[in-house]
Amino acid sequence: MGYKLSNTGFNEYIQQLKERYRLFAPVLESKKGKFAQTDVIAYGEIEKFDDMILESKSYYSPKEIFFPIRETLFYFMKDTIETPKINEKPVIIFIRPCDLNGIRRLDSIFLKNGEEVDFYYLRRRELVKFIMIECLEGFDTCFCVSMNSNIALDYDAVIRVEENVVSLKVVDDKLEAPVLSNTDKVEFEPEFIKENKVKVTIPNVDLVSKETFNNDIWKEYTSRCIACGRCNTSCITCSCYTMQDVKLSDDKSIGERRRVWAGCHVDGFSDMAGGHNFRDKNGERMRYKTMHKVNDFYKRFDEHMCVGCGRCDDVCPEYISFSKCINKLNEIVEEGKNYD
Amino acid sequence: MTNPYLPIPYKILEVRQETDIDYTYKVAYSGQLIGGQFMEISIPGVGEAPISICGFDDKSLEMTIRKVGRLTDQIFSLKKDDTLYMRGPYGNGFDLEKFRGKDVAFIAGGTGLAPVRKTIDYFIRNKDEVKNLEVLIGFKSPSDQLFVDDIKRWSVDNNITVTVDQGDENWTKETGLITKHITKLDLSDVKNKVAVVVGPPIMMKFTTLELIKKGFQEENIWVSFERKMSCGIGKCGHCKIDETYVCLEGPVFNYVKAKTLID
Ligand SMILES: Cc1cc2nc3c(=O)[nH]c(=O)nc-3n(C[C@H](O)[C@H](O)[C@H](O)COP(=O)(O)OP(=O)(O)OC[C@H]3O[C@@H](n4cnc5c(N)ncnc54)[C@H](O)[C@@H]3O)c2cc1C
Ligand code: SF4
Ligand code: SF4
Ligand code: FES
Repeated sequence: MGYKLSNTGFNEYIQQLKERYRLFAPVLESKKGKFAQTDVIAYGEIEKFDDMILESKSYYSPKEIFFPIRETLFYFMKDTIETPKINEKPVIIFIRPCDLNGIRRLDSIFLKNGEEVDFYYLRRRELVKFIMIECLEGFDTCFCVSMNSNIALDYDAVIRVEENVVSLKVVDDKLEAPVLSNTDKVEFEPEFIKENKVKVTIPNVDLVSKETFNNDIWKEYTSRCIACGRCNTSCITCSCYTMQDVKLSDDKSIGERRRVWAGCHVDGFSDMAGGHNFRDKNGERMRYKTMHKVNDFYKRFDEHMCVGCGRCDDVCPEYISFSKCINKLNEIVEEGKNYD
Repeated sequence: MTNPYLPIPYKILEVRQETDIDYTYKVAYSGQLIGGQFMEISIPGVGEAPISICGFDDKSLEMTIRKVGRLTDQIFSLKKDDTLYMRGPYGNGFDLEKFRGKDVAFIAGGTGLAPVRKTIDYFIRNKDEVKNLEVLIGFKSPSDQLFVDDIKRWSVDNNITVTVDQGDENWTKETGLITKHITKLDLSDVKNKVAVVVGPPIMMKFTTLELIKKGFQEENIWVSFERKMSCGIGKCGHCKIDETYVCLEGPVFNYVKAKTLID
């Protein structure tokens, strides 16, 4: 059903949803930005419509709401193992189409890669519903159209936010609320962005060869990338993590096992006992990430991992552009084709 | 909903010293296993690591663990009747069907012997299932030898070559790198001969290159990989090479596939 609400009306809708859900949206977080002491937009719980920041892109993605940066898997107490309880109040995430498509990529890894289902991911993920935010303009670094992720249809509700009106379409009946029954009913279908300023061409996966891996373009990143891992942490689709055991008491009888986000750009990602490390140079790590995002994942799941949200470009302190990198990759693959 | 991350306590039945830094742990276990698969073993509060299953029967499994760091140091303080936490088994392991009826050579370097030990032992006990069986094993020095009793037993009636990089005055077997001894294998029908190569990355690289030079077909060579692993179930991303997850599609790979994997 479609509705047209005033800002106050929409805020009332939010208040009514809050009785049953925890609501997450982009909010302003002070002093956590790229440069010291700057503010940053990240996903946080909102109290009211005004808390939502829609005029800029969120620096961090919403993935941490159900894939936390650090998560306790279980506690050990002498001979017992206990899985911690989580807040089971359902969650609504206000999300742009690119990120909604990104979440399908996370689902692929955690729920469909291999035979096992990730218990910790699923139990949080099952609590989530999505209210999509129509996004017609995008931002400077976005390239969702090239990645076919500008259009998302698996939302539970969708909103269009204009000067003084909010249009709403509710797909999942659970997101209906009393305030909507005395609201103007309208036909509302979301539209999608058709063109970004930034465009990329993804090379055909069948043309990527061993030569692509050994090409000199990756060397540039060895001198530029400082392996800070911000591109990994901000990315909606980066899903890697590392286990960490911690002792919580001196006599070793109480401890916990956690998982924490890991990034393939960061030192130690591939270190094995014996001091063997597989991608010593930062350029090799850039190559590894790039191939995962626009080549390898596709071979397993028939869609590219990268959704073109552009956050990796926004956050890189060395101004490394991932979209430029993809285009360079395409150039060398095209050149390779001519040699054959 | 089942939770694949939960470690399960198992009882240690026996601890055997192999070298100063390698011990074999026999753990009570029943369930389907394939040689070359691995378990995620852990000590609560210390850590978790993938370790190959190097032997098993209906009631137990064995793992040989080298002391190299945080977790493995602590494992060394465990004794008979203590508890070891595990989850698994994971990975594909060595499919015996790939070797039945064939002329097979197992080539193992150092701790690489652990993942193939069970498969070698199976064919030693069931020699009629293969056309020919040869084993070539290399260690750094005499004091680095693993599974000495097994090797003695295997050697009784079989073509087993043991070499060390550097011998000492009591050493009576071969010396020199594994690659030097490939000519000792029966290469009369090399085009149909199957080889299993497991060891440190550098050993696997040069050994497979040498085998191909000697006329082995790429599709007849099998290798087993080690990579950093946090989950063993295709989620953590650490073991991924290209579109391949070593924990899911490996650790055993045919060389035709293995040679295309670029870390
Ligand atoms: C599929 C698979 C099968 C395996 N099978 C076996 C097996 O059968 N037996 C076995 O013993 N191991 C096996 N391993 C390796 C085993 O997983 C590691 O040795 C183990 O993870 C080490 O854990 P740790 O916590 O003790 O070491 P950590 O505390 O993680 O220590 C490792 C770190 O310490 C440093 N380090 C440790 N040792 C050295 C060294 N010698 N030189 C330089 N730096 C060093 C390195 O920086 C390394 O990253 C296997 C691995 C895989 C992936
Ligand atoms: S790789 Fe960059 S553009 Fe692609 S999804 Fe991740 S952060 Fe967004
Ligand atoms: S590409 Fe940029 S953001 Fe990513 S690790 Fe390198 S320097 Fe950091
Ligand atoms: S070990 Fe985690 S994905 Fe393979």
